[in-house]
Formats: sequence, structure tokens, C-alpha cells
Amino acid sequence: MSASLAVFLAFVLSTLAITFWAAQRSHGASAYFAAGRQISAWQNGFAVAGDFMSAASFLGIVGLIALQGFDGFLYSVGGLVAFVTILLLVAEPLRNAGKYTVGDVLAFRLRPRPVRAMAALSTLTIITFYMIAQMVGAGALVTLLLTGSGISFDMAVVGVGILMMVYVIFGGMLATTWVQIVKAMLLLSCTVILTILVLGHFHFHLGEFFSAASRVAYHQKGQLVVKDFLQPGLRYKPPYGALDLISLGMAFVFGTAGAPHVLVRFYTVPDAQTARKSVVWAMMLIGSFFIMTSVLGLGAATIVGPDFIVTHGGTNLSGPLLAQALAGDIFLAFVSAVAFATILAVVAGLTISAATSFAHDFWTNVIHSGAERKSGETVLVARITAFAVGAFSILVAILLGPAANVGILATLGMSVAASASFPVILLSVFWRRFNTAGAVAGLSVGLLAAIGLILAGPNFMGIDPSNATATARHLIQARAWFPLENPGILSVPLGFLAACVGTLIGNEPSAEAKFNELMVRANTGLGAEKAATH
Amino acid sequence: MDAKEKNTLPRGSDQKEWDRIAASEEFRHLLALKKRFILPAFLFFFVYYFALPVSIGYAPKFMSACVLGTVNLAYLFALSQFVVGWIIAWAYLRAAAKFDRLTKDLLQKSAGAQGGR
Repeated sequence: MSASLAVFLAFVLSTLAITFWAAQRSHGASAYFAAGRQISAWQNGFAVAGDFMSAASFLGIVGLIALQGFDGFLYSVGGLVAFVTILLLVAEPLRNAGKYTVGDVLAFRLRPRPVRAMAALSTLTIITFYMIAQMVGAGALVTLLLTGSGISFDMAVVGVGILMMVYVIFGGMLATTWVQIVKAMLLLSCTVILTILVLGHFHFHLGEFFSAASRVAYHQKGQLVVKDFLQPGLRYKPPYGALDLISLGMAFVFGTAGAPHVLVRFYTVPDAQTARKSVVWAMMLIGSFFIMTSVLGLGAATIVGPDFIVTHGGTNLSGPLLAQALAGDIFLAFVSAVAFATILAVVAGLTISAATSFAHDFWTNVIHSGAERKSGETVLVARITAFAVGAFSILVAILLGPAANVGILATLGMSVAASASFPVILLSVFWRRFNTAGAVAGLSVGLLAAIGLILAGPNFMGIDPSNATATARHLIQARAWFPLENPGILSVPLGFLAACVGTLIGNEPSAEAKFNELMVRANTGLGAEKAATH
Repeated sequence: MDAKEKNTLPRGSDQKEWDRIAASEEFRHLLALKKRFILPAFLFFFVYYFALPVSIGYAPKFMSACVLGTVNLAYLFALSQFVVGWIIAWAYLRAAAKFDRLTKDLLQKSAGAQGGR
């Protein structure tokens, strides 16, 4: 216990030092929101990877693979391919044509107020989903680690929330970025060590490892079963499994390219070339990380066993339990501290992107029509927003507790991003005719469709047997109206369709007239926001 | 500070100036080249990636066939996604280096054309 606390405190102290250093350097809006646009390619690569290698992936995906084998690995594959879309279609135009948020690019040639208001709303919705996922992960860890230490779940969550507010309120984007970089390095080294330990357990013989993974024994409904964890179909079963898998794929391929906390990172680099290189850095790191998650997940299934995981904290704790089985309590402490640090860093990243979107898009540009009444007002509003978001997520976390798999929760956030943000971002950069009516229709229909289908799907609706525990119960006790867990296969086309129909109904010559300017800016970087000079 | 951040825009940076660059031979050439790489690359990636959920969703028996010891086709296909993703990234970096050169020439020429006016 004390070892875990020591590792965790060391991380907290170093991040506070980073925050102090960043606070001294941060003056002005560009410094606060975009780290002065001076982050280099490898740094941003680590930061993007850090944002993406969240508790959802380290705890959630390892847990999915540990309990459901190959089907869980599909989440890992999605994590890498998501960045191909960002690399080819989104990163560079966004960096060239925007200032702090996705809303900037949309507002460029469309009527700013309705478009920014909708963009801010969808950003806040997406971030809320991610945030819930992180907080549930934190809750699960705390229940494993701190039982008997005198620190209650509520106290731990309040502590995490306050730290995250400190990073964001005082250090801004610069501090958040560096916290993310440090954490990404910690998490990667931790994953490498665990991977080596797992393979070592099988005498570094891959054949032995995979043959163990092909015969995992556990209890299902009271009966002992032996399953091949390399085989597909343990999670996604007929009749709807195949459609659900495709739907999940849509969330990855389009959702990450619409995820606000990933996209804001491209405003922290000096130019589009750096943005591009940073995506490739991120792809190297994320790819290696996610390949290793399959070793950890299958390792947890074979070494720890699904039975033990289910009775000792559940799916989200497979990784930490694996560490304990392989190298004892000290290593469990280390891995848990790293997982905790991950949550802290990702929550800070989510908070700053929510604060940026609210302050820049909604407060300054929607309510006050783009003019700051006093210098520094936007930054002040962002700080207040960060405080509010922090307080809100503390409350939600205390209300929720460790229930659902955090990997699935985060994927639902991605489905919303894929259906609402992505179609509108893509069309605004590539379609001359696109206009305000299209953007507002696309954002609102995409948002409503994704959320509606999630709520009507088996994650929220279902009839539980009367002996189910309170945390495992479905929110709505009725048969699910929509058979798929992932709404993407329907909600993404709906988002696109609404954006197209809205565009064709509306008529906005001024938006078409400015398309040439957007195209030249997006493709050449002419007139793009430059790095701050010292 | 905010004023210093802005790139120096072309003089008289009005709608006409942007339209002129957008209509220029060099810019259209750049766009055509980008399209020629990005569109096929994205389509290939799209088809290759979605082949994974489609094949394991609709042909699970076939995909479960073991090819290397106990390792089956599905797992190898999933692993190959990582390699394909990296290869696309590498190819794009190479192609983009050419786009960067063309962009630089284009901007220089555009600035020159303006100076001459």
C-alpha cells in the first residue's frame, strides 16, 4: 500500500512542478489554450498517445480481452486505425484553418453563432461520456487499492478532481500537455514491463503463450467451460454480432477524428507539418501499446483467470490483478499508481478541451459575438469552466461507482463524435456547397441519433433477473428497442444525411464564396496561426 | 500578442486574392496530386479495415481456422491492421514531403506575383 502511495505521490509532485513551471510561462490566450503553439512533433505525439491511452484502454480493453478474448482485441485494433483517418483527412486542414477549437474551422465560412453553439454543445456531450468512463475507472481502482487504508472512495475522487482543476486552472494547455507526456511514458514503460513478464511466464515461447490462450477454463452460469480466447465470437454473437462489430468500427474510424480532446492537440504545434509528424509519432506509440494490450489481456485470462477477475474487482482490474499475480504486491502498487496517474492526466486533458470549447466558442463567440469585452476574459471564463467541469465530474463519479466496463463507455463517446462532429468537419472542409443549415442539421441529428440509440440499446435497456446486484442493473428495465450496443452503423449515416439535406435546403452564397479561401488556407497554411515568439 | 501570432497575409488579402490563388494552375495541380494520393489511400484503408469485422462477423468458422500453431486467421488479420496502418502512415509522409515542396513554390510564386502588381 505504501509503495503505491509513494509512486503516486511522486507523480503528483512532479506534475505540480510542471504546472508551476507552465503557469510562469503562460500569458495570454494562445499560451493558455494552445501552449503557445510550441509543442514539437514527438512531444505532441506522446501527448496525443497519452490522451488516447486512457484508463479506458489500459484498464478497459485489457479487461475486455481478459474476459472475452479476441473480440476485446478488436477495440485495440480500432485504436490504431482511428489515426489513419486523422492523418489523411483531418489533422492538417484543421491545424491550418483553426485557432483553438473545431468550432473555429466550422465558423470560418458558416454563420458563427449557431454553428459554434452547436459545436460547443456536442463537444461537451462527447467529453461527458469520456469523463464518466475515466471516473468509473478511478472508482474501480480506489476500491481495489484503498480498502482498509482509511481513505474512502469519495475522498479519493475529490482529491483527483482537485488536482485536475489545479493543472487546468493554473497551468493551462502547456501543463496539461506535459502531464500527458510524462504519463504516456510511464504507462508505456509499465506496459512493456508487464508484457515481458507475461511472455517470461511462458518461457518467452510464443507458441506456449498462444496455446494457453486457446484453452482458457472458467465458470459460466455455474458450469466449467473451456474456451479458445483467440477465437472471435465470445462477445459479439449472432444474430446482431456482425452488425455490432461494423458499428464499433465506425465509432473508431470516424469517432476519433471528431473527438475534441484529441483534435485540440493539433493547435498546440507550430504548423501543419509538425501536426502530421506528431500523428505518425502517436501511431507508432499507440500501435505498439495496443498490440501489447492483447498480450496483457490474454495473459490475464491465462495466468489470473476470468473466474478470479470477476470475483476480485471485475473486468476493469484485470491489468492490475495480472501485475499482482506476476510480481507481487509492490508491482501491483506501481501499476495501479500508473493507472491512477493515467486517469488524472486524461481527465485534465478532457477538462481543458471542454473549458476551451465553452469559453472560446460559446462565451466569447456566441454570447459576445466574437469580441472580448476585457482583455483576458476568455481565459478567465475557461478557468471558471474548468472549475465547474471538475466539480460536476466529482459529483458524477461519487454517484456512479464502479459499474460498467470503462472501455465500452469511452467507445460510446466516440460514437457520438463519429455521428455529430465528424460529418460536419469533413463536409465543411471538402464540400463547397456546405452551409450553416447543413452544419446545424448534421450536428443536432448526429447527436440526437447517437444518444437516442445508445439509450435505447442493450447498454441501458434490458430486463435483469431479480437477483442482479444494484450496480449491474440496466438503467431502464425493458427490452432494448435497438439491438446493437454501438449506434454508429445507423447514426453516422444519419449525421451525414442530415448534413447533406440541410445543406440542400439552405442557401448561403456567402459560405460558398468563402470556400476558396478556406481551401487555400487549409491546403497551404497561408494565414495560419503561428507559434508565439519569445 | 495575438497580432504577432498572425502570419503575414498576402497584401490586399481580400476575397479576390484567395480566389486568384485558388484558381491558379499551381494550386489546382497541388490539389489534384493530394487527391490522387489521399482518396485511394483512404479507400484502401477503409475497405481493408472493415473487411475485419465483416469477415469475422459473417465467416467466423473460416476466420477461426488455425494457421500458425493455435494462432488463427482472425488474430493474424487483426495484427496485420497495425502493419497496414503504419505502412499507410509511412507512404503518406513520403507523399506529403512532395506536397510541402509544391506548396512552398506556390506561395513564393504567389508572393512574387503580388509584388509585381
